[in-house]
Amino acid sequence: MIVLEHVQKHFGAFQALFDINLSVRAGEKIVLCGPSGSGKSTLIRCINYLEQSEGRIIVGNVELSAGSKAVNAVRSDIGMVFQQFNLFPHLTVLQNCTLAPRRTRRLSKADAEAKARELLARVKIFDQADKYPAQLSGGQQQRVAIARALCLEPKVMLFDEPTSALDPEMVKEVLDTMVSLAEDGMTMICVTHEMGFARRIADRVIFMAQGRIVEEGPPAEFFGNPKHERTRKFLGEILPSSGTPIVPPTTPLK
Amino acid sequence: MNYKIDFTPVIEGFPSLLMGCLGTLGLALGGMVLAVIVGIGGVMLRDSRSRPLRWGVIGFVELIRNTPFLVQIYFIFFALPLAGVRLDPTPTAIIALGINGGAYAIEIIRGGVQSIGKGQVEAGLALGLRKGQVFRLIVLKPALRAIFPSLASQFILLTLTTSIAAAISAYELTSVAQRIESDTFKSFEVYGTITLLYLAMSWLLMNAFNLIRSRYLSYPVR
Repeated sequence: MIVLEHVQKHFGAFQALFDINLSVRAGEKIVLCGPSGSGKSTLIRCINYLEQSEGRIIVGNVELSAGSKAVNAVRSDIGMVFQQFNLFPHLTVLQNCTLAPRRTRRLSKADAEAKARELLARVKIFDQADKYPAQLSGGQQQRVAIARALCLEPKVMLFDEPTSALDPEMVKEVLDTMVSLAEDGMTMICVTHEMGFARRIADRVIFMAQGRIVEEGPPAEFFGNPKHERTRKFLGEILPSSGTPIVPPTTPLK
Repeated sequence: MNYKIDFTPVIEGFPSLLMGCLGTLGLALGGMVLAVIVGIGGVMLRDSRSRPLRWGVIGFVELIRNTPFLVQIYFIFFALPLAGVRLDPTPTAIIALGINGGAYAIEIIRGGVQSIGKGQVEAGLALGLRKGQVFRLIVLKPALRAIFPSLASQFILLTLTTSIAAAISAYELTSVAQRIESDTFKSFEVYGTITLLYLAMSWLLMNAFNLIRSRYLSYPVR
């Protein structure tokens, strides 16, 4: 589904990613974690070409770095959710969701709106479709952002610290949405520090530090028996001493 | 001092002064429409990937903002015929106003575009929209909203600048006033009257701009 081979990324003289190799199967859920500045966000931003990198990135059967047509096609197959939501403030919730499908998929207004309402209901934004983003809470905005990405029927969803900008009481509603998405079989790559979420849905947890993949493995192994000193130190810092996740497993939607 | 104040010529000439106002508003509206087109187009070129285009826009803005409008309008009026283009004074004035106002609009609108967070652009690109679509559908409206007061006051200035078009005898209020004044020598009355007429037009436009802003450019923000 997604293959990264020898991906490197430089910002000027600074090297943010070193020789990243990763392949993600359809339906797989990956959680990327690591200290800040370790390159996790940069990595997922390379996957939809928001950052241009060296090496090979293949999404579906299209290799990126080809013409911009291919990039746009690949991008609309990849949903992305940002830390700061990035909803469009001048458009209503509904318009936020229908903009891209109408422009890139040439859906009619009615079809795009029907689809958007269905997905808004799915993220439990039932009656806010005609409100503007600024009228919603952070958690609601992030759920709209998830619905907006889903409107393009993506094959993969990328989450870039989706709960980091939220007030604590809103984290759960966003995680619930992500869990239900995972349970429906979506391929997901999530940059997050929500280790409870990782434990619950991840097929693989990948730990990065200083632009390199240090360790990866299934959550039970990753949390129960981390191999590298760097990983143990990181987990020691973000988990309570017992090693159990801070955020308890969440209840599914629907 | 035996100047006798006499408003009779102004009263008699009032219908033509009002027609002059319409001429002024016509020039102003034409100039504004052109300035918006030049402004938005210029911003797109200014931030394009092509270096010659970027420098072309920068040079254009510098040239226009650092030379007098009177000289610009004369230049266009006398240079266009040399290039084989014959235009009446009124269209010439609209072109000159559009070019002049456009140069200022480029800088103003560009400030608005730069105030829009990178995240908005990235969100648009991540949804598979092309760069042009991102600019048009996502960036433009919030950018215009951010700089609308500056743009509005620039356009009021543009409206007042139309009086310079009298120099090439375009049809507008100042040229009508000049004609009445030279026929009757009642300069105080004539220019006093059109001062108030310009004031009224500016006020009218300011209200129109406020209406446009609340109708088309407002949405809730935190």
